[in-house]
Amino acid sequence: MGEILSVEKLTMIFGGLVALDRVDITVGSDEIVALIGPNGAGKTTFFNCLSGIYAPTSGGIYLTNRRGKRDRLNDLKPNKVTEKGIARTFQNIRLFSGMTVLENVMIGCHCRNKAGIAGAIFRFAATKNEERRIVEKSYALLEQMGLDQYVNEFARNLPYGAQRRLELARALATEPQLLLLDEPAAGMNPKETHELNGLIARVRDKNKVSVLLIEHDMKLVMDVSDRIYVMDYGRRIAHGTAKQVRNDPVVIKAYLGE
Amino acid sequence: MRVVSELKRSFWVAVWFMLLTFPIMVIKVDPYEKLIFWRWKNLFLVGAGSFIISFAVRFLMAKTDGRNNKKKHLFGVLQRYLPPVCLHSPRIIYFCLFFAGSFIVGFPFLFSAYQVNIMTTALLYVVLGLGLNIVVGLAGLLDLGYVAFYAVGAYSYALLNVHFGLGFWMALPVGALFAALFGVLLGFPVLRLRGDYLAIVTLGFGEIIRLVLENWNEFSFGPSGIANIPKPAFPGIKLSMDQATLYMYFLALLLVCFTIFVVNRLQDSRIGRAWIALREDEIACQSMGIDRTRTKLSAFALGATWAGMVGVFFAAKTTFINPASFTFLESAVILSIVVLGGMGSTVGVVIGALIFILLPEYLRAFTDFRMLIFGAVMVIMMVFRPQGIISNVRRSYRFVKPDHEAP
Repeated sequence: MGEILSVEKLTMIFGGLVALDRVDITVGSDEIVALIGPNGAGKTTFFNCLSGIYAPTSGGIYLTNRRGKRDRLNDLKPNKVTEKGIARTFQNIRLFSGMTVLENVMIGCHCRNKAGIAGAIFRFAATKNEERRIVEKSYALLEQMGLDQYVNEFARNLPYGAQRRLELARALATEPQLLLLDEPAAGMNPKETHELNGLIARVRDKNKVSVLLIEHDMKLVMDVSDRIYVMDYGRRIAHGTAKQVRNDPVVIKAYLGE
Repeated sequence: MRVVSELKRSFWVAVWFMLLTFPIMVIKVDPYEKLIFWRWKNLFLVGAGSFIISFAVRFLMAKTDGRNNKKKHLFGVLQRYLPPVCLHSPRIIYFCLFFAGSFIVGFPFLFSAYQVNIMTTALLYVVLGLGLNIVVGLAGLLDLGYVAFYAVGAYSYALLNVHFGLGFWMALPVGALFAALFGVLLGFPVLRLRGDYLAIVTLGFGEIIRLVLENWNEFSFGPSGIANIPKPAFPGIKLSMDQATLYMYFLALLLVCFTIFVVNRLQDSRIGRAWIALREDEIACQSMGIDRTRTKLSAFALGATWAGMVGVFFAAKTTFINPASFTFLESAVILSIVVLGGMGSTVGVVIGALIFILLPEYLRAFTDFRMLIFGAVMVIMMVFRPQGIISNVRRSYRFVKPDHEAP
């Protein structure tokens, strides 16, 4: 099991606030890793650094691609990070609400294709083929997520759980190696959360991605993750399997206080 | 009770209007005879008119608000059933297209040269509207300086003709290219801006171009402009005045068809999708691997290209240009066309442009009240249909696609 993501001493300082303090995290291939911690611990900031929305103050983010090449991702723009192979979903759903479900996933395919202005105007055979492949691939992803019934609906008209799954499908369309899920179970009922549990595992197996997820639902975290990192006040305070973390006094203290 | 209170409100509206319009509608001064006329009849007309209009508007509003089921309401019926019927029956679409097409082609043979000229102008505005629609409607970047690119196109032709004797057909691609370059030039500094800030910068950009043209005499001949710009030549034949008008009309028509074709293909492509995604959510769009810089610049450049071409057409049509043709008002008109027609919808923008340019012309029958009626139509339009005449037909485009594995 090779390691694909390795974050070394990642630090992010906003003015005087140290949001992330020398955080080290690694994710192996085909691994599901959870990142937990109380509110304000810096988990989402961490994600924003990984996906290029924030430029970290110091430290390194390295991604090893499928051919074994190790890339440094600091200072890359979000779209470049996605091209390198990290896709994400958002804590508050950010779908393209005025576009159809299919179009949303098609947008995800954007960076893996290259039809340009000339292709759009003249519709060369290659462009048409590319377009057809995009539609087929997007539809297949929708089927996988159980969203094919909604194909032509506008994203904003979908039920909440389906919107979450659509975000996942859209992220998968970018053909990532690593999927960052920011609170995928937020706002879901226990049944939906349970289904999500199976879904994440299936995505890992079928789409050959590693998953790093932030989550507050402890049941989901304990069930689905291979390893867990715990953060508090911008620091990594614990790390291990579900069982180890659950019994770690430092973690219990962070969550429940003294 | 409701009616009484409504009547009361309308009454006060009327009084207010009578007060406001008193100086211009009632008092008339004759400076030669040193007389003042008091036209009390006008005061009465204003009062009665504003009373009726205000009451009618609120009556209609109450009706649309109060009733969820819009079926019984004529406007509601149209709103509800017309678009789906039109969109889902290809026969109706083809019939409409055929009818509109034959009318447009036959137009110059049915009407006078004066009418043809007006129609040509309207067609040019259709192209301008469609061009701006790429920037505003699809990519969601509010551009108030669109006229700058129009000016760039017009001046490219005029100056290249004066200095190098370049003809219309040579100048057309050059003008388009220059405008696209300026589009990129404007695009770079505004990459990080959104909404209001973007609007202000683009507004400034438009004014800068106009002021440069106005003041840099050695380059652009200043406010006196450039005259004697040749009309497009027809190979081999010398055209008479009327024939030239006709020729111009069909060229403009050709340009419109070309624009609709290209714009439709663009918005239905990978790039078009990226524009729409950018409009919907910039952060999500970037996280999905779309290069924000390139997408924005391409929208600005492609939008500007059309303005450049129309600029060349405009210079050739009027044979005289000066900076006064490229004021902010022009940008506002083009933007209104896009908003009135329906942002992001090609059909809407075409209809919007025709209404916007033709209505004031045909309202000339009402002489003094022409602009007043026009303004009223605009206000009513925006109150009752804020999404534009045809709101975004694009959406239905991809509906059929996924059935590729039908049994």
